[in-house]
Amino acid sequence: MLPNPSTVESVAAAMDMAELRGRSLWADARTRFSRNKAAVVSLVLLILIGAFAVFGSYLTTHERDFIDFSLTGRYAYLGVPSFETGHYFGTDADGRDLYARTVQGTGISLMVGAVGALVAVTVGTLYGATAGYFGGRIDGAMMRIVDILMSIPFMFVLILMLVIFGRSIFMLFLGIGLISWLDMARIARGQTMTIKNKEFVEAAHAIGVHPAKIILRHIVPNLLGIVIVYATLLIPNMIIFESFISYLGLGVQEPDTSLGALIGEGARNMGNGVLWQLFFPLFFFVMTIFALFFVGDGLRDALDPKDR
Amino acid sequence: MFIFVARRLAVAIPTLLILVVLSFVLMYAAPGGPFNSERPLPPEVLRNIEAKYGLDQPFWKQIVNYVVGVVTQFDFGPSFQYKDRTVNDVIAQGFPVTLTYGFWSFVVAVTVGVSLGVAAAIKQNTWLDYLAVGISIGAQVLPNFVMAPILLLVFTLWLGWLPGGGWNGGQWEYLIMPVLALSTSYMASIARITRSSMLEVLNTNFIRTAQAKGLPMRRVIWHHAMKPAMLPVLSYLGPAFVGMITGSVVIDVIFSTGGIGQFFVNSAFNRDYSVIMGITILVGTLTILFNLAVDILYAWIDPKIRY
Repeated sequence: MLPNPSTVESVAAAMDMAELRGRSLWADARTRFSRNKAAVVSLVLLILIGAFAVFGSYLTTHERDFIDFSLTGRYAYLGVPSFETGHYFGTDADGRDLYARTVQGTGISLMVGAVGALVAVTVGTLYGATAGYFGGRIDGAMMRIVDILMSIPFMFVLILMLVIFGRSIFMLFLGIGLISWLDMARIARGQTMTIKNKEFVEAAHAIGVHPAKIILRHIVPNLLGIVIVYATLLIPNMIIFESFISYLGLGVQEPDTSLGALIGEGARNMGNGVLWQLFFPLFFFVMTIFALFFVGDGLRDALDPKDR
Repeated sequence: MFIFVARRLAVAIPTLLILVVLSFVLMYAAPGGPFNSERPLPPEVLRNIEAKYGLDQPFWKQIVNYVVGVVTQFDFGPSFQYKDRTVNDVIAQGFPVTLTYGFWSFVVAVTVGVSLGVAAAIKQNTWLDYLAVGISIGAQVLPNFVMAPILLLVFTLWLGWLPGGGWNGGQWEYLIMPVLALSTSYMASIARITRSSMLEVLNTNFIRTAQAKGLPMRRVIWHHAMKPAMLPVLSYLGPAFVGMITGSVVIDVIFSTGGIGQFFVNSAFNRDYSVIMGITILVGTLTILFNLAVDILYAWIDPKIRY
């Protein structure tokens, strides 16, 4: 028997169950996905980038926040990328090892994407499914809230919040969590509206299953395909969002760093002949976004029911 | 139609009020005031300054004053940082700049994006199509803060063709890079949306009928296919507008164009709350008005929407 999911966390459990029950469906999606060469290559690339973020720090002896004062003012020629000094990607203007910083920046960017996707999947799906299932006035009110939140330029409000409550990674995550679920709620609602009139939902309703249980056990598992697709497509936007704020210097604070902050630093130092400071973070940023877009596209082709 | 517009306004106005109140409450909740510096002021001086800016009054009085000032006179109060200027002065100085390059970015993104998308759809699976799709995929991973340094590197540092920043009254040399950096990723999205919706429309029966009647392709595209194909593009314009106005912050910082974005970031570092709030509210108002305009336009174009 299935456990009785009643909390937000149970969505993850429902995800596993869907995989077990509908094996043929997911296996089908897998073959479709593996036929898409760009998506498979991107997935491999993404795994490599993830491995770089997780294990990259073991490959260097330099600390990411160690300031080498012997390089002060001379970083333009002493801090060039080289294997001899161990600074594979060179150093930044403070003499800190850029390789170690890029590792951390990539990690933070990926984490931002993961947090955004997680919030979107849990909050957005449940919110949208609830609104779509009940319909009528509840739906109207719930979706009106989403409309209102969506029409506010969130970057400005988030910066206002960062200024007021202090700049920290936590505030950044909070801000990203606050907006990431909005799109997902709309998508989940639309999909729920088409599912809720199907026979199996009607049957569950007829034998008196509680609405919360219908939503969690009958509707949410059927939304998962489309939810996963849009979550993947959402991740690059979240990463861009965070990098944007960090680029301005308002996001992740020193000595921590993110790709956006590194790109910003590199761009400011561009005129000093230290282009590696721009290129390495930019390369990892562009590759991550690129790979995520293609994986998302591949997943959409593999899972989108419209395409069947 | 009138009822539709009225109903949309009924949502837009409370949204704006919520935005104003929300930003005021956020500011009020902020720990530390704008006059808390490293060297603390004598208490009596601080008291006098706070009285001058009305910060000594109770919360309700402050918020009512602020909201009334904003709503009736578009008065966002004095800046805490620039002692001789009000927020309105700051906006009056920066906003025309932002509006100028923002307008051109929008025009470039829409015209180039739509032409590219339509061309790709008509010539599907030719080199033109592949080129357009390639450009739009490539440009997608180049948000403004990535595009801007690359442009600077190529056109200023390497080729030396364009000035690396400044505004200079909006001369065209100073406009090119901000507009390019701001519009590229939106142009790409618009091209992609146009292409797919155009392809969808071109496969419908009424287009086949038009072609079967013997109409020239140009007429079929312009008179029959264009209108329905533009609907998804139209609904993308709202998000694109928000994205561009947000992106203007980065553009201002990188190219020192002197738009409101530059003031916004400076104020963010200096805890100049009134400027941040004023700009946030201004941008919010613009966004809401723009979305309203798009919705009305959409309802006017799309015969399927009944109001």
